[in-house]
Amino acid sequence: MAQGTLYNKVWDSHVVDKLPTGQYQLFIGLHLIHEVTSPQAFDMLSEKGLSVAYPNRTFATVDHIVPTDSQARPFQDGQAEAMMSALEKNARKFGLQFFSFNTGQQGIVHIIGPELGLTQPGMTIACGDSHTSTHGAFGTLAFGVGTTQIRDVLATQCLAMDPLKVRRINVNGRLGPGVYAKDVMLYIIHQLGVKGGIGYAYEYGGAVFDRMTMDERMTVCNMSIEGGARVGYVNPDETTFEYLRGRKFAPSGLAFDKAVEYWRSVASSPDAQYDDVVDFEGAAIEPMVTWGVTPGQSVGVSDRLPDPDAMSPEDKKSAEFAYNHMGLKPGSPIKGTPIDVAFIGSCTNSRISDLREAARVVQGHKVANSVKAFVVPGSQQVKQQAEEEKLDEVFREAGFDWRGAGCSMCLAMNPDKLVGSQISASSSNRNFVGRQGSKEGRTLLMSPAMVAAAAIEGRVADIREFLS
Amino acid sequence: MTDLDELKITKIEGTAIPVEGNDIDTDRIIPARYLKEITFTSMGNYPFYDERFDTDGNSKGHPFDDPRFQGASILLVNKNFGCGSSREHAPQALMRWGIKAVVGESFAEIFAGNCTMLGIPVVTASATHVQELMEQTKSSPQTAVVIDLEHQEIRYGAAPEPTRIGLEIPESRLKAFMHGTWDSTGILLSNAEKTKAVAERLPYISGFDGG
Ligand code: SF4
Repeated sequence: MAQGTLYNKVWDSHVVDKLPTGQYQLFIGLHLIHEVTSPQAFDMLSEKGLSVAYPNRTFATVDHIVPTDSQARPFQDGQAEAMMSALEKNARKFGLQFFSFNTGQQGIVHIIGPELGLTQPGMTIACGDSHTSTHGAFGTLAFGVGTTQIRDVLATQCLAMDPLKVRRINVNGRLGPGVYAKDVMLYIIHQLGVKGGIGYAYEYGGAVFDRMTMDERMTVCNMSIEGGARVGYVNPDETTFEYLRGRKFAPSGLAFDKAVEYWRSVASSPDAQYDDVVDFEGAAIEPMVTWGVTPGQSVGVSDRLPDPDAMSPEDKKSAEFAYNHMGLKPGSPIKGTPIDVAFIGSCTNSRISDLREAARVVQGHKVANSVKAFVVPGSQQVKQQAEEEKLDEVFREAGFDWRGAGCSMCLAMNPDKLVGSQISASSSNRNFVGRQGSKEGRTLLMSPAMVAAAAIEGRVADIREFLS
Repeated sequence: MTDLDELKITKIEGTAIPVEGNDIDTDRIIPARYLKEITFTSMGNYPFYDERFDTDGNSKGHPFDDPRFQGASILLVNKNFGCGSSREHAPQALMRWGIKAVVGESFAEIFAGNCTMLGIPVVTASATHVQELMEQTKSSPQTAVVIDLEHQEIRYGAAPEPTRIGLEIPESRLKAFMHGTWDSTGILLSNAEKTKAVAERLPYISGFDGG
């Protein structure tokens, strides 16, 4: 059993009771909701005649279904409009703060929580979305939950939970040029497997993480869930505190100093004990590209696609399924694979630093004729910041579409979808069959800079060659 | 009064609606195409949809569309009601239409469990008693019906001498309704005071100025 870790400290300070079922009742410090998974929960609440127990601990935004080309109401899709109206109604009825379009603070729930300073070290966080793990970048325990659990958080500000084990993952040394946080995480998932994290909270540390910005840490924690870990986190440090200073919901003045003291105290102790420790070398990580239909099926961009015959029977089966769907061949290089669509967006990689990096790649180039390319900023604030820096012009001039904030083609619940068997280079987090809106559609996950390079070349390119 | 008290269900009173027939499966209660909807909100429009409307949307005269049974809260059924797929949409659809309790000769186990999670008591009575109750509501739809879990009986007809029939419900479910512990929300709510204490102890809840 792990001891003295951030996981242990935050868990212990939030336990309300041990339940007759053997689970623990855990207080949830911050609850984030969006339009897709909350309406049923509100309905259940109303039907029981219950109210929201701690309305000032729940914040709402709209992201999954919003069209990114026009936000005019009513939305063209009746189901989308219905979901939006339901959220508006529920927020009003229960007195919840709702970051709607007109606030200028709307965006993907996992982008806006940190951006507004709602996400703070030492908190427990819940949201009806599996990528809630993103908030772990701040040293929180952030759980993705289902609709019934949303109802429980609304009604009681608590969840019934089973404790997790803790695995420390060190990435030591330095990353090479052209290697980003996204590559680090794709590499970790590749090494530990998509089921490797089941039952664990992942604690990320080591020199590479110490040097990462908050944006980069969020990219890694975001995809903990793709590695099977429900929760992933980085211990809070000066980088965390500086990020939070001056944010809308962060403490200010004297309270900020007190907060920093508390935030420091929740970090894992130097003598903390873990259930498992894994070490990787930053220098061993290449820019990564997925070739299959799970986020673990990836290779370094200069590698050739793996041979299923050299795999374990289980991996072989899923590799064969993946090759069949993707239309790719074992032994061929991933570099040079033609693409049809380039998508820069999602809660993994649509923050301002992602857009800056992609714009740097795009600057002075044109998107290949065969490629439809678009950028979907993670939030209205990201969009505004990017426009102030004239990044939108760089993208537009190159032939990218410049869109409004939302999840967009990460899961294609809005009108942005792959068509037929199109292949996308995507900065999102899931390459599951059908994920981007077409049953035959194919997804290559990579860093936003790599997506930008692929958009210009019309095929998967090595960002390192591209930049030199 | 503790919060769990608010979740106690000891008695359901209302008028009844009879849906006759054995082995009515959940596909009939809610056709599969409505599972595509992302919220349960509209489920109340769909119970028995394909038995209520023809392909042109004209009513086929099902009890759920019969004006005499509008406003009913107690569903009367026969044998093995709710068999088939485990979809929670079925009890959701009934509940959203207005059903607060179901009385029948027997029920599929998963359906009964799903109903319990939603706070809908599903109780059984003998075939004869169910039949008599159905006949009564068909001839007088406004008959007042009381499902009294505490005394484990169903009463219907005018006071002071209503007809009384016995009801059965598994012990564990009866307790869950009587104690208000039929879902996790209830259990978590019962710790409201301890929850508050934890919240007050957490420095970020008070904005770090609590000292
Ligand atoms: S961007 Fe994608 S992964 Fe993130 S919240 Fe939206 S749909 Fe989920």
